[in-house]
Amino acid sequence: MSLAVIDYGAGNLPNVVRALTHIGAPLTVTSDPTVVANATAIVLPGVGATRDTMEQLTQRGLTPVIRDAIRRGVPFLGICVGMQVLLTDSLEFGQHECLGVISGTVRRFPAEDLKVPQIGWNEVYATPTLSNHPLYDGIPDGSDFYFVHSYYCDVNDPAIVAGTTAYGASFPSILMRDTLVAAQFHPEKSGAFGLRFLRNFVTHIAQIECEPTHV
Amino acid sequence: MLKRRIIPCLDVKAGRVVKGVSFLDHRDAGDPVVLAAFYNDSGADELVFYDITASSDDRNIMVEVVERTAAQVFIPLTVGGGIRTVDDMYRMLRAGADKISINTAAVLNPQLINDGAKRYGSQCIVLSIDARRTSAPGATPTWEVFTHTGANARSTGLDAVAWAVRGAELGAGELVINSMDADGTYAGYDIELLSAITARVSIPVIASGGAGTLAHLYAGLMDGGADAVLAASIFHFGDHTIAAAKTYLRSRGVPMR
Repeated sequence: MSLAVIDYGAGNLPNVVRALTHIGAPLTVTSDPTVVANATAIVLPGVGATRDTMEQLTQRGLTPVIRDAIRRGVPFLGICVGMQVLLTDSLEFGQHECLGVISGTVRRFPAEDLKVPQIGWNEVYATPTLSNHPLYDGIPDGSDFYFVHSYYCDVNDPAIVAGTTAYGASFPSILMRDTLVAAQFHPEKSGAFGLRFLRNFVTHIAQIECEPTHV
Repeated sequence: MLKRRIIPCLDVKAGRVVKGVSFLDHRDAGDPVVLAAFYNDSGADELVFYDITASSDDRNIMVEVVERTAAQVFIPLTVGGGIRTVDDMYRMLRAGADKISINTAAVLNPQLINDGAKRYGSQCIVLSIDARRTSAPGATPTWEVFTHTGANARSTGLDAVAWAVRGAELGAGELVINSMDADGTYAGYDIELLSAITARVSIPVIASGGAGTLAHLYAGLMDGGADAVLAASIFHFGDHTIAAAKTYLRSRGVPMR
């Protein structure tokens, strides 16, 4: 198994790579669609805005290969904006289409009574989907993870919400569907439990075999 | 619930921590990486490295320090000091910084805040403000912004509250509010200054300058309305541990990690 960490200019790419290297995960940093298409597991980092991220992925010819890889069940981890772009569309800087592999819309936190962006450590609570899943091994429920975001994922299928966090209202902080995992927080900046989350993904999900590519 | 944060700040000169750190008997307390790891283990929520180096050679040493830290410590790291351009920001971000703190350069060129926020996102740009009280005792308080932190601080004529509001409008993601009057006194943060600013901006505010006791941390967060406290001496000299500070604050109802 080798993780393909997608390089499309995301600001947190180097720190995601550092954290994965620290836990001993074999990885390749790539922006090559062919390499991504043949990857046995994929990590999509992200920080910034969904519109810019979609443009960067599109320019590099990565959007079809990411959609196809997820369809084939290739283990996938999206982080922060790398989670948000999985949804149908986003309202950030005007409504625009995203990857559409998860039904839902990326919305801004309502500004009344809330500081936006949310910056800091906040609790993640597992739904029944996650609580006995190996992705959550060694992580006490309600542990704090580091968040930096102004927008959140409003998903249509509650069954894919694996973790929730309260900021004003409750929002999905972890999504999971088979081998597709996405986190709104930054596991690479969330201390010991963040590293544990990455290690659990690498150990328990990234190893799962999927359909081969036809590219 | 979103937690309030405790952020130790390390002054680094030519790759070494200055202002003695006296509690690490058997470890290299001058090595920023060792200290960063120590503070991470003891529950710090983030770290700030402030580069007080003058020469560009020493600036390269800071890049290495950031790289070594980011490879071992996995909590947010802010780097400040001597950052003048978006390219300076880029070097530190590539090295592993998560946020860049700017102060003098932003006063001289406010567009730097906007350029940095556009290029790297607002969450990357921390505007640090050194403020000195200018009003007479008893009068409605006002504060002026100073640049060139330290002995050669220069007045700017800018009102600190107005500059904080402008910084947020220009795209800063967080503000560090440092009271020059309180700094080094261990008499507590300037709560009026913090309150004046937290009432006017909707981005997170980090209190700095003056903390000497755990009660001061509480006042900065709860009376001043700060989202985080930046502290140096109170922790570096071993008077208090971060764990003890968190236990204390939690017992007084402050949400802590």
